[in-house]
Amino acid sequence: MSAAPSKMLATLNVNGRDVTLAFLPHATLLEVLREELRLTGTKHGCELGQCGACTVLVDGAPVLSCLTLAADTIDRPITSVEGIAVADALHPVQRAFLDLGAAQCGYCTPGFIVAAVHLLERTTSPSETEIREALAGHLCRCTGYTKIVEAVALAGQRMRATTHG
Amino acid sequence: MLRLPAFEFRPVRSVEDAAALLSEYGSDALPVAGGTDLYANMKLGLFTPRVVVGLRSIAELRRMHFDPAHGLRLGALCSLDSIARDPAVLLHYPALATAAAMVGTPEIRSMGTIGGNLCLETRCTYYNQSADWRKALGYCLKRDGDLCRVALHSPTCKAINASDTAPVMQAYDARISLVGPHGARVVAARDFFSNDGAHATVRQSDEILAEIALPPPPRGARSSYRKLRLRNAFDFPLLGVAVAVATNEAGACTQARVLLGAVGSAPIEVEGAGALLLGSHFAAATLADAAEEVFRAGKPLENANASLLYRKRMLRVLAQRALEDVAAPLR
Amino acid sequence: MGNNGARSTEGRVVGAALPRIDGYAKVTGAALFADDMAFPRMLFGRLLRSPHAHARILSIDYEKALRLPGVVAIATGRDLPVRYGILPSTQDETVFAIEKVRYVGEPVAGIVAEDERTAQRAAALIEVRYEALPSVMSIDDALRDLTENGEKIHPESRKSNNVHKDVHLTFGDIEAGFADADRVFDDEYFFEGNTHAALEEHSAVAICGADGKLTLWSSTQTPHYLHRVAAAVLEMPASRIRIIAPPIGGGFGGKTEPVAHELAAAYFARATGRPVKFTLTREEIFYTHRGRHPVRIHLQTGVKNDGTITACRLQTWLDGGAFGSYGVATTYYTGALLPVTYKMGAYAFDGCRVYTNKPPCGPKRGHGTTQPRYAFESQLDDIANALGLDAGAYRAAIAVVPYSRTINHLRVTSCGIREALSAVAERTDYGAKHGKLAPGRGIGLAASAYLCGAGLPIYWNPMPHSGAVVKVDRGGGVTVFCGTSDCGQGSQNMLAAIVAETLGVDILDVSVCAGDTDLTPVDLGSYSSRVTFMAGNAARSAALEVRERIAAAAAAELGIAPERCAFASGRIFDRDEPDRALAFVDAARAAEARCGTLVGVGSYTPPADLHGDFKGSGVGPSPAYSYSACVAEVEVDFETGEVRVDRIVLAHDCGRALNPSIVEGQIEGSAYMGMGEALMEESAFRDDLHRIPNLLDYKTPTMLDTPSIEAIVIETEELEGPYGAKEAGEGPLNPVIPAIANAVADAIGARIFATPIVPERVLQALDGTTGPLRLRAPVAARTA
Repeated sequence: MSAAPSKMLATLNVNGRDVTLAFLPHATLLEVLREELRLTGTKHGCELGQCGACTVLVDGAPVLSCLTLAADTIDRPITSVEGIAVADALHPVQRAFLDLGAAQCGYCTPGFIVAAVHLLERTTSPSETEIREALAGHLCRCTGYTKIVEAVALAGQRMRATTHG
Repeated sequence: MLRLPAFEFRPVRSVEDAAALLSEYGSDALPVAGGTDLYANMKLGLFTPRVVVGLRSIAELRRMHFDPAHGLRLGALCSLDSIARDPAVLLHYPALATAAAMVGTPEIRSMGTIGGNLCLETRCTYYNQSADWRKALGYCLKRDGDLCRVALHSPTCKAINASDTAPVMQAYDARISLVGPHGARVVAARDFFSNDGAHATVRQSDEILAEIALPPPPRGARSSYRKLRLRNAFDFPLLGVAVAVATNEAGACTQARVLLGAVGSAPIEVEGAGALLLGSHFAAATLADAAEEVFRAGKPLENANASLLYRKRMLRVLAQRALEDVAAPLR
Repeated sequence: MGNNGARSTEGRVVGAALPRIDGYAKVTGAALFADDMAFPRMLFGRLLRSPHAHARILSIDYEKALRLPGVVAIATGRDLPVRYGILPSTQDETVFAIEKVRYVGEPVAGIVAEDERTAQRAAALIEVRYEALPSVMSIDDALRDLTENGEKIHPESRKSNNVHKDVHLTFGDIEAGFADADRVFDDEYFFEGNTHAALEEHSAVAICGADGKLTLWSSTQTPHYLHRVAAAVLEMPASRIRIIAPPIGGGFGGKTEPVAHELAAAYFARATGRPVKFTLTREEIFYTHRGRHPVRIHLQTGVKNDGTITACRLQTWLDGGAFGSYGVATTYYTGALLPVTYKMGAYAFDGCRVYTNKPPCGPKRGHGTTQPRYAFESQLDDIANALGLDAGAYRAAIAVVPYSRTINHLRVTSCGIREALSAVAERTDYGAKHGKLAPGRGIGLAASAYLCGAGLPIYWNPMPHSGAVVKVDRGGGVTVFCGTSDCGQGSQNMLAAIVAETLGVDILDVSVCAGDTDLTPVDLGSYSSRVTFMAGNAARSAALEVRERIAAAAAAELGIAPERCAFASGRIFDRDEPDRALAFVDAARAAEARCGTLVGVGSYTPPADLHGDFKGSGVGPSPAYSYSACVAEVEVDFETGEVRVDRIVLAHDCGRALNPSIVEGQIEGSAYMGMGEALMEESAFRDDLHRIPNLLDYKTPTMLDTPSIEAIVIETEELEGPYGAKEAGEGPLNPVIPAIANAVADAIGARIFATPIVPERVLQALDGTTGPLRLRAPVAARTA
């Protein structure tokens, strides 16, 4: 028990780039992103899958990085909030959060943003109910969710305008 | 931050490999699929396996297939989300779609699998706590202690089977395939859940839940799942009621199963309620009598996030509503 | 003061819903919160916590833990014996328990190790022997006479039993007031405790150089108070300690006082010479707490038949938990602000706070005013119904008027309560709906008032409550330095907006350096909704000082009188002849050439005449009060008792909205948080333990439980506020809970006298049963 288990060497695909690094076999993806790769945009609010703050995309789907083993994400593309903006341009979801004041303390924001990006990849015209259902796994204590729902709708609207306009 | 205890992670690509590993390490190994239940419990110190066998890459367990003659076959790794959205499930097994859609949150449904939900560890307000909390309490029968905190004189653990899909599977009379080092066995859902809070299911430590088979929907099938919870996301059921019935041309009930979830350590089939429905035309009085049977059958304890009095009272309400769900289109 | 500024016509910043300046970093994940920081050779800390609610510590043996490879240092109470507490009158805490533990979860020892897992393993190896003492887990327990074997939670306390503080205040002739009343309403309520549950888990990182200078980053709403306490506890000069508040991931009052892990981080950094980080787990945050006090309330109100309040007597009993925290202030606050909303002929207030063996309660959004407000607005609704009055019109009729004094001598200035009441009533058609909706549907209304900062500081001193420095760079960039801490409410943006407006520059040309005790002048912190008013005024003063110098230099360049200089759009121009203009950057350079380094300073001290002259008069006074009104519409399931909130409309008088989008966000968040407290959030205990110390079982509303909230910004001109602003961070929470309670009463035709209004309580009220269904409530919830 006292002998520290040795780290494993593996390649993860994070935000479009392969990175080879060493981590503990029992490290969560949350720990590896934050502590090994210093991608601290992904947050933790409960460590037990009860708040949604640590959400990232794995294989394009939102997962709770606090309950995902990093070793179980080898060969699967991982997108954290740092990978959402394209070059120096904010993603429409980020822009809408900014424009409408949907981020207050900003701590739940990265989780909301990656989940909202995932939703809008499936449909850019979600109803309010669809937005609320898709993001129901994310707690926010600041906003009352109102501006978050509005921001996701606005982002979808802007994405539609770009695609069809 | 809470972290996982040390273990060795062994991802596998086939059921056979999984069974072999589990067999090799015995009780030192645990299988993991979505991880939403197991890893949270491990962070609380409830499990400290030496080896965790990762099932995620077993492609054959991701299959979902429906045909009217044979029914629905669900690979254990099908995500709850994929089940909740599947057109055949929505059409033929709506209570399963409802139950799957009501688990946790979108992230948990996307990570979590049907096999994992059926093997969900039983829950209790004295058990799902950190190691320090349980130590302060003096532990309990389910883990590290010798006393059930809920029922002080109980020789067995009273933790709750809080799976949303478990009562539904039993209502549909599902068959569950378990694969072990010596081959496969098929267990009826009603025999799969052991009524002991300490051991949620009869799955042996070297077995993998591989597949769930649901019989083809009988003629005039109707089903419903109702869940009691305080919030519309995240929450485990405080109570669940699943009802599945079949009817003949005349609208009379030819088959009925009423199941209670999140009350006991296993889903509870209320046979009296089913018997009342059989042959009936779902008259209001029949439904009320059946709901009364459910009310009598369920005996909640003080081990969830609402008082036992409230949960007891809600048995009738939820049962009544679930029964009306299946009766309404027939009236 | 002359610095508050008339409504500006030249500005483009104040009043505009611009994106907040800290938003860019927050939507990209670039914002660095305390736990996001890491340093080479950093150690990780863990706290060993008490498994007992009340026990004597007989011995602590950590030799075995110290021998665990990777463990670097361990400390216990003996190593840090200095007592501290946020209020000078209640210095009752130590970093680690000494002699006694007083709640499950109280820190007993600290460990630092090379990694967090090792620190955690070491904690489990520390052997502590305890002698258990009887625990005190409720108000009733705490008031009970101590038998021979009973021991006070704080044996040194001079109060009887486990009383921490009692307060008795009377204003006017209370007996005559009741004698004069046509009807007297007499009710008891119980407001359950709850917690902030800010999403960020508290974290502190400390480094200590070989020069003995210590730097501590902490998720604190009050860096200045942490600075003072750290100096006292570490017994080192404050001049060698630097506190930095990085962005805070939500506070709501939960990060307003120094707590063990911050001081432990600082201690171990000094002891080991290595960087040290302590980050709490969610469960530990439930133990750190400082959340909403459970309060039992006895409220008697005498009214004339027209509803005029002739007398009001309020008694409160607060369950304080194991330590003082802000509790003395909380106790006063349960009584101080009722008269700020409505006129009363006479007012008597008795408050009593007790110690119990639970995590310490403290301030949460609405600090102490939320619980009596729930009771008062509930009773006011019953009064209106009994007298056949429209609840909205009735409240407007008895509301305080602008520029008046309350019965408890508080000075009221601007007051938009009537506008707020009519806005929510009109938007929802309240008058046509109340009492007339289908069974199971209900509509409720309530109003409230709140502070814009406390008139007096927590520790007595004659210095300003806020200071600010504005510096202009030769490149035209402006930096404002101020000791504020941004916990998400938008204080960084507020400072930038005020300075940008005053200097007529783009808000993105203003940088904010905040919450750094080495670099920024003191601001007392982000509590009691003081920052916009106080730090805003200080920043405005500082910017005006710079502006005056720039105006003088620009005037000389432009050949006009300085009074004619207008500042807007990055230019300084002649008010009368706008084409005569100079770029801001050129004017700034000219000013620097004329007067030297371009820095302005500003301070804010509240006026001295805000309150009466009696013991306890220091709690309640504020330079201004915000006013709110709320209407909630609910649907109640008669079979399950579930309450669904379909609509919340909340109007809030914030003075002038510096950024309407941020004000709306504060209103929406307040409505949400109030709704959670009304319906589901509660600090629940069983067997001496917090029963639900996690975010699955402690229920905070999700998106699917929350309606889209309609915020209405009511603007009044607050002459003493910066650009006319007041507050928006806390006040809007207060009317939400009674509005929902009143809506439920309307829906079910019965009053529920306790929070949260969980389904069980609704069914109990519908049944007309008495007695608590949930036995853990200290006071039997009475049903009408």
